Amino acid sequence: MPPVAWLSSLALVLVIVGGILLASYAPRPAPLGLATALLVVAIALMVVAAGLLARIKEFAWVTFGVVFKWALLAYVIVAGMIEFAFVHDHTRGSSLVLVTLMLTVFALSVPTTIAFTTARFADPT
Amino acid sequence: MGGTVSEDTIVGALAPSHAHPREKIQVVPLAGLPFVALAVIFVALSIGFNWRWGLMFNHVVGGGLWTGIDLFVGFVIGPILGRLSVPARAEFAARFMPKMVIIMPTVVMMTLATGFQVARQLGNLAASSPNHAWLIVSFCVVGVMAGVALSVLEPANIAVLYEMNKPVPSGERIGRLMKRFIYTAGLTGAMQIATLVIMTRLGSR
Repeated sequence: MPPVAWLSSLALVLVIVGGILLASYAPRPAPLGLATALLVVAIALMVVAAGLLARIKEFAWVTFGVVFKWALLAYVIVAGMIEFAFVHDHTRGSSLVLVTLMLTVFALSVPTTIAFTTARFADPT
Repeated sequence: MGGTVSEDTIVGALAPSHAHPREKIQVVPLAGLPFVALAVIFVALSIGFNWRWGLMFNHVVGGGLWTGIDLFVGFVIGPILGRLSVPARAEFAARFMPKMVIIMPTVVMMTLATGFQVARQLGNLAASSPNHAWLIVSFCVVGVMAGVALSVLEPANIAVLYEMNKPVPSGERIGRLMKRFIYTAGLTGAMQIATLVIMTRLGSR
């Protein structure tokens, strides 16, 4: 199996580091360069993970879909709550865009890792 | 880790028999979802209205449960589980893990979403605050715990439950995934000790 879970987990780690970087400057505006670089690498890792995933022939797609769907729902709620907190704290402009994209990677990477780990052991039929 | 029982034993323990047909495990206990919804609404209202008691309640209760559960699972349940026979371990996991699926993300969400607001209200986020450095350390500790929990512990938890729902589960696979669960629970338990030190320091300054 391709290292889909490794890639999505690494993407998660990068956005967590980026999030800590931004949060450590709050309420002052944070320098966005490093956080943006981390986000770009995280998005690239997720794209590669999606590409590798799509190329798998024998895979339990039904199991993957079910687990991904429910995990996505749960982590969209968690990400939405964090986004709400940032908006409520008057985070605006580039910082808000960065936070939103990081939370999007977060909300996609966790379900990808969970669903892939579950489906790789499931019966493809 | 009590791995002396053969794989056939766990498969036998999990396989359905005519006398006792094996119950299908409900991966997400639906009865718990209304409580999760209530927690989400409570957190949202507390943040939205800058409700200090609500923020503090969610942060202290969520954080206390998160820390307590991690320590208890990592250092009490984990070692006991490791010494149980494999069928007993599987039987316990089938009842325990679905509850963790619903409890842990909820208490983590309660703690993190409100923790940032509490820090902001108390002025601990300001760079001039004497607590600022401790706060950044706590962000890092939480970051490591979140990374471990979300990329290793939670996927292993769900995968074990799906494996147990198969007509013929693989004992070797369940054992391997549960080892991952037990070790990472121990690791996050150890990280929680750091959280206790940091939070009690923050609270006493």
